[in-house]
Amino acid sequence: MVLQVRDISKRYGAVQALQNVRLDLAAGEVTALVGDNGAGKSTLIKVIAGVVAADHGTISFEGRPVRINRPHDAQSLGIATVYQDLALCENLNVVANLFLGAEQHHGGLLRHIHMERTAHELLTSLDVRIPDIRQPVATLSGGQRQSVAIARALLGQPKLVVLDEPTASLGVEQTAQVLALIRRLRERGLAVLLISHNLADVLAVSDRITVLRLGRNAGDYRTDDADQDTIVAAITGARA
Amino acid sequence: MSQRLTIGITPVVAGLAVIAVTFGLLNEHFLAPENLTNLMLQMAATGTISLGIVMVLLLGEIDLSAGSVSGLAAVVMTILSVNRHLPVAAAIALALLTGAAIGTLQGVLFTRLGMPSFVVTLAGLIGWQGLLLYLLGRGGTINLPFTGFVAKLSDTWLPAWLSWSIAALAIVAWSAVTALQRRLRETAGLPVTALWRAAAPIAGVAALLAGTIVLLGADRGVPLLLVLFVSMVVALDLGLRHTVIGQRIFAVGGNPEAARRAGINVNAVRVLAFAACATLAAVGGILAASRLAAVNQSSGGSDILLMAIAAAVIGGASLFGGRGRTYAALLGILVIQSITNGMLLLNVDSSIRFMVTAGVLIVAVAIDSLARKGSPGAAR
Ligand SMILES: Nc1ncnc2c1ncn2[C@@H]1O[C@H](COP(=O)(O)OP(=O)(O)O)[C@@H](O)[C@H]1O
Ligand SMILES: [Mg+2]
Repeated sequence: MVLQVRDISKRYGAVQALQNVRLDLAAGEVTALVGDNGAGKSTLIKVIAGVVAADHGTISFEGRPVRINRPHDAQSLGIATVYQDLALCENLNVVANLFLGAEQHHGGLLRHIHMERTAHELLTSLDVRIPDIRQPVATLSGGQRQSVAIARALLGQPKLVVLDEPTASLGVEQTAQVLALIRRLRERGLAVLLISHNLADVLAVSDRITVLRLGRNAGDYRTDDADQDTIVAAITGARA
Repeated sequence: MSQRLTIGITPVVAGLAVIAVTFGLLNEHFLAPENLTNLMLQMAATGTISLGIVMVLLLGEIDLSAGSVSGLAAVVMTILSVNRHLPVAAAIALALLTGAAIGTLQGVLFTRLGMPSFVVTLAGLIGWQGLLLYLLGRGGTINLPFTGFVAKLSDTWLPAWLSWSIAALAIVAWSAVTALQRRLRETAGLPVTALWRAAAPIAGVAALLAGTIVLLGADRGVPLLLVLFVSMVVALDLGLRHTVIGQRIFAVGGNPEAARRAGINVNAVRVLAFAACATLAAVGGILAASRLAAVNQSSGGSDILLMAIAAAVIGGASLFGGRGRTYAALLGILVIQSITNGMLLLNVDSSIRFMVTAGVLIVAVAIDSLARKGSPGAAR
């Protein structure tokens, strides 16, 4: 297991956002995290990403217990998070966005060609097609932007990639592109945690599904064994 | 980004052509070498202040204190060198330091206290002018010696051989670097733009430089002041596009939250831009004092600030941050100064001049706003 979350609880005032939550993420597997609005999905990934501190519980990374107190801790462990608002600079080109905050340079002078070649190789290896990576991100489609954001997460050589609603604002074709990209992350042996509202996407791309309901675990399924009705029942709590 | 530049530069170049033709037809002196030389001398100081304005516009911020800071720095330099008899170099250095310190202070007030930049720098506009008046005291005017270094700055003309050498050197260096870049890109397996697309701008600028040298050579030659101003424009442009710091200024201007999450120290970048703006304002103030060979109570005052801001925007720097190049200051001040100069030649009252400049500014901002609306990422 790349990441094991045990007994995580988090309370916001009167709201118990998470209660004794458990989550296992394995290398080379896409785990979908699903649940209704307010189920605690965002809170859980914020705990994993070090944005929010849990009240109690333990996290182990590659078998070792770890403390994730700041986003930096998560990053240095090898946990990359792509938030729903992609945090790209529209005015900068694809290369500059990929290396944002991690620019390669010689004594402060940008290594344009080196960065562009690395960017080109990375995007090609992910089969992301962008005609001219020297164009500003503002000129890209939603799917291309999502792909750039995911590719950027990969530059830090992570072992776990967390994707928050990566297809929420995309059309059919672009969703297919991004799902294909998620499969490629799995082929690279990465652990992927996918948060999504769209059960069709989840069933199409995930290996396992973890359901949260009202801040608690409400079921773990192998995607091959599950069908839409079972998952919906777990999400809504309709099952007796 | 290259595509954006052409969109951004076309209206202002067209505007310059219209201005040249109009005033050239209305008054035979407008395009005469002597008048064009004066134009170059007139635009260097405000153009340098405008260059500083570009630095903060890139962040989507504004610095209203730049005019006052330019005047204050000039007064500091003059008092130190004339009244206190400090060596000129030391006086200039301390004046620039004053500018840098003021910019840093304003940047810190903006970032730490979260005060809007226009309020911080509006206070600066009033406060630093107050300090200027206080320092000048009752005298009101201090003259700089005509034969001194500072006055000489704007009374020095390059001999023809030197102008041609500098221009040739610049073009050769630019061509060599371009050729090298293309070779490196090819070996790296990266796409290379068509040769003519790389060569055309170089040839265009070469022709422009040659024309300028010939034209100004018919009068007293290329003024040193113009060389200083253009060098600053080019150096800053290279710095912004090819250094980590420059890249981060664009990033913070484009999306501060994205920059922050990427680990960029957004506040440090902002303070740096404000410090750079005020330092350039100080340089501009010294150049203005050089032209006048004096400082007085209106140093850095009247319409200097507004012209500097208008120039940056007319030249194509976006008010919304993240877009623009330093050439905006050069082109914009050329537009404004040409209008001013042409109307003075035609004996048009300054009331009309202000209204025309306002019209040009509105057109420029309209183009900026429309470009922003029209861009695919306008939602942000
Ligand atoms: N910063 C916060 N302050 C107070 N309550 C919060 C905060 N963040 C989330 N919550 C509450 O915690 C619960 C879980 O929220 P969240 O993790 O965002 O759920 P999900 O992402 O599954 O929709 C909700 O009831 C929500 O209102
Ligand atoms: Mg959520």
